[in-house]
Amino acid sequence: MQTEIKFAGFGGQGILLSAKLLAYAAMKQGFFVAWVPSYGPEMRGGTAYCTVVIGDKRIGSPIIKNPSHLVAMNRPSLEKFAADVKPGGVILINSSLIPTRSNRTDITELIVPANDSAIKVGSVKCANIIALSAFAAKAKVVDMDILRHCVMDEFSAKPKIIPLNMKAFDEGVDIANKN
Amino acid sequence: MAKVLMKGNEAIGEAAIRAGCKNYFAYPITPQSEVAEYLAKRLPEVGGVFLQGESEVAVGYMIFGAAGCGERVMTTSSSPGISLMSEALSYIAAAQCPAVFVNIMRGGPGLGGILPSQGDYFQAVKGGGHGDYHLLVFAPDGVQEAVEMTMNAFTLAEKYRGPVMILGDGMIGQMMEPVEFPDHLKSEPSNKDSWATSGMDKRKSDKRNLVRSLFLDPTELNQNNLTLKAKYDRMKKEEILYEGYNTDSEYKVLIVSYGTMSRVCKTAIDMMKEEGIEVGLLRPKTLFPFPEEAVFTAATKESCKAVISIEMSMGQMVEDVERCVKGQRKVDFYGECGGDIPTPEKIVEIIKGLL
Repeated sequence: MQTEIKFAGFGGQGILLSAKLLAYAAMKQGFFVAWVPSYGPEMRGGTAYCTVVIGDKRIGSPIIKNPSHLVAMNRPSLEKFAADVKPGGVILINSSLIPTRSNRTDITELIVPANDSAIKVGSVKCANIIALSAFAAKAKVVDMDILRHCVMDEFSAKPKIIPLNMKAFDEGVDIANKN
Repeated sequence: MAKVLMKGNEAIGEAAIRAGCKNYFAYPITPQSEVAEYLAKRLPEVGGVFLQGESEVAVGYMIFGAAGCGERVMTTSSSPGISLMSEALSYIAAAQCPAVFVNIMRGGPGLGGILPSQGDYFQAVKGGGHGDYHLLVFAPDGVQEAVEMTMNAFTLAEKYRGPVMILGDGMIGQMMEPVEFPDHLKSEPSNKDSWATSGMDKRKSDKRNLVRSLFLDPTELNQNNLTLKAKYDRMKKEEILYEGYNTDSEYKVLIVSYGTMSRVCKTAIDMMKEEGIEVGLLRPKTLFPFPEEAVFTAATKESCKAVISIEMSMGQMVEDVERCVKGQRKVDFYGECGGDIPTPEKIVEIIKGLL
């Protein structure tokens, strides 16, 4: 059994970090994981994307053409990758920046105003955490308590911003549950 | 120790520290710059030295200098940088100094691109620099193996008193996977008093050690080459590493592939198995010494009708595969380069075309 999640957005939106936190949580849960970034020149300003592969046996190919799920943080990402998602998957759409939809009926759309919610919570910088927790709560790929701990651990060197990110995490879960 | 999630590049840096390497010189180049970034921060914490050279040419000789003094030393670079270091590699091999070189390959030739490639097989295995020398070449297929091979590389560099190379690619450098650092792979530094220019006072000796690669006397030069040749012969006996995947089956096709490419092939093999098609994989973990007998044995299994070398290159290792198969089977090749790693679906299509 293998699940692949593609995170995509602008460079600077915290795409790689969200993906890392998910991989970290899956690893803590005992799964095999691989975190595969794109590292082309597109990272500077263009589309940054990253795939997390979670499996119950050693990960073979780290190159994934058709992921199980997609977290799209900006419009070009949705347009580029929505068609690749396997039927039955979750596509998270950051509706703060994306006015369009996936045009697919064989997947579950999760509409999350990540930027707007982040501003409401305290800082637009935690939009990636809101998207991460909302996605994880909906797609049920990892244990949410473990993931929450991983987010906390990530900011352990900057304890001042832990409450903000925890608030963002809970907000994301809330949005997913109401969606 | 619990597993940690690390990028291949950072994990290679940490592995070097765990192996007792206190000297690391490098020049930044994508996709391996994180090794330098990591060690610039970590080495001073353990009393080591990080130095950025003014170019890879300089770095190559900084490695030679430290290795000649008997210090554990490493550098990392990517394809064009390794080309610049190749002269020093030849000198280091000739002068019999232990050192670890890591090549996180990117696309070439020339400046090429920054995405993963396996275009430096010839350079790593067949030379790069001039003269009759070889590197012991490891080819990891993931972050954990990169760690283990890096730690082991220091031990083997000293065992054979010569340069050892880790031949990874951009994917292995950039990808994060869970890793642990096995303590048992750390070796005690060997006694270098008989040859290293470590200072006569320090080693309480009245014998002057000389590290050199110039032998003007033909008999002496011939002898030095025979000494090197004896080491390479010993490597062929003692250091060959490989992995078989689905090789217990009655496979019709044998794939030979290494590094990141071999993982894609494994997924393709699993996909074909579900359709009832058996395909085997022979994955060299050392490229020099090459698993010659293992390739021959796997290729000449009765059920096996065809052999194919699959690489992220235009066809390099395939020449060694052909050499090992000795005309007993047809050897095909499939490769892509430029940075787009072939997908498992593509490999399935290629294999089905051979059936």
